[in-house]
Amino acid sequence: MLASAGRGEGIALPHASRWVKRGPMVQLHADSLACQRGGRTVFTDVNFTLSSGQLLELRGPNGAGKSSLLRLIAGLGEAISGQITLAGGNGDLSIGQQAHYAAHQEAIKAPLTVAENLKFWGDFLGGGDMAAALAAFDLGALADYPAALLSAGQKRRLSLARLALVPRLLWLLDEPTVGLDANSLDRLTRLLRGHLSGGGLAVVATHAPLDLTADATLVLGTAR
Amino acid sequence: MKLIWALIRRDLTLATRQGGGAGTAIGFFVTVIVLLPLGLGPDQALLQRIAPGALWIALLLSVLLSAERIFQADYEDGSLDAMALGVVPLELVVLAKAMAHWLTTSLPLAVVAPLFGFLINLDPQDILPLWLAMMLGSIFLSLLAALGAAITVALRRGGLLVSLLILPFYVPCLIFGVAASRASELVQPSLLILTALVLASFVLVPVAAAAALRAYLK
Repeated sequence: MLASAGRGEGIALPHASRWVKRGPMVQLHADSLACQRGGRTVFTDVNFTLSSGQLLELRGPNGAGKSSLLRLIAGLGEAISGQITLAGGNGDLSIGQQAHYAAHQEAIKAPLTVAENLKFWGDFLGGGDMAAALAAFDLGALADYPAALLSAGQKRRLSLARLALVPRLLWLLDEPTVGLDANSLDRLTRLLRGHLSGGGLAVVATHAPLDLTADATLVLGTAR
Repeated sequence: MKLIWALIRRDLTLATRQGGGAGTAIGFFVTVIVLLPLGLGPDQALLQRIAPGALWIALLLSVLLSAERIFQADYEDGSLDAMALGVVPLELVVLAKAMAHWLTTSLPLAVVAPLFGFLINLDPQDILPLWLAMMLGSIFLSLLAALGAAITVALRRGGLLVSLLILPFYVPCLIFGVAASRASELVQPSLLILTALVLASFVLVPVAAAAALRAYLK
């Protein structure tokens, strides 16, 4: 069942946190989801089941609804029909509260330094491991650098460092590879591997193939 | 509580690094107060009569000047998405951001505003009640400004709309604020009503603003 075996060396993540509480088996289940945006039907009848340690890859052309589906899972969007459930997680929290949602927007404040940006998210999201976050994307040397001076790729790394900063059960990544160089891409892959082998779940929308075998691939329809 | 404090502290740091919060508001406030006697002429008695009201109106407008930005930056850079998914309820996020706005904009304004009363011949014995009323009222002003900002968060150039939406709600604060600002027997009851306004907005604004933000994030 656990397909994470045989994925090779990953980065071990601290999963013990008061915000991550879960049973032995977690399942994210989507049941005939349909989504509409601005009166246009984006997708209908999307079904999947994702268990602990599994990776779901979302594919499809621009406008096929990959981002909409991720927002929907996080609870930031509303489905017109169908439902999405997380079994075996922390029943007191919503799916979104147990998830990391990393989108195109980086949620970085330019006047703050790299370390201050991470410190804020660590504090706000319930206590983070700053050293792990800086190490995950090799940001140690940039820690005291104002975020305003970072390049696009560096901003992306800082944004993704949130994944290692605060443990979360479910990772929802919207084209995380955009702007990353080969080295950072490798770090992201290792981070994902560590997350999955620790029993986490991940849904990743991407055009670039990741160096990871997805347990399931969901191809969303063509754009109209 | 620690989580909310993290947000307030970040907003305070941002405000000090970026500037533009208290500085712009106070600059605008002083400009209005300086222009007033030039427009009205040097009638000392008239100026003294209108001084508390003029100071209050200038205060309202200066607070609204920066209102539109309360949530906009966080909405645009995706921080608001991440905050909505945090363990802190969005209502408390709104409260924290409103408090940060109060600390960086309204409170400094309320502190210095009565001092500029001398420019328009404010009766010296009115200074203390005016000060008290403004400190209290400024909390209400920031909370309501946060509500307006939440309702217009995704609109470009929503500043005017914020003013149109929120200024009517500022009317009770203006009426009782001015009444509390003249040394008379009206000071105490007016201050009590101002306090009631502050407390009511403390409860209602976070709920309303969070609902507005959720609607935008959908």
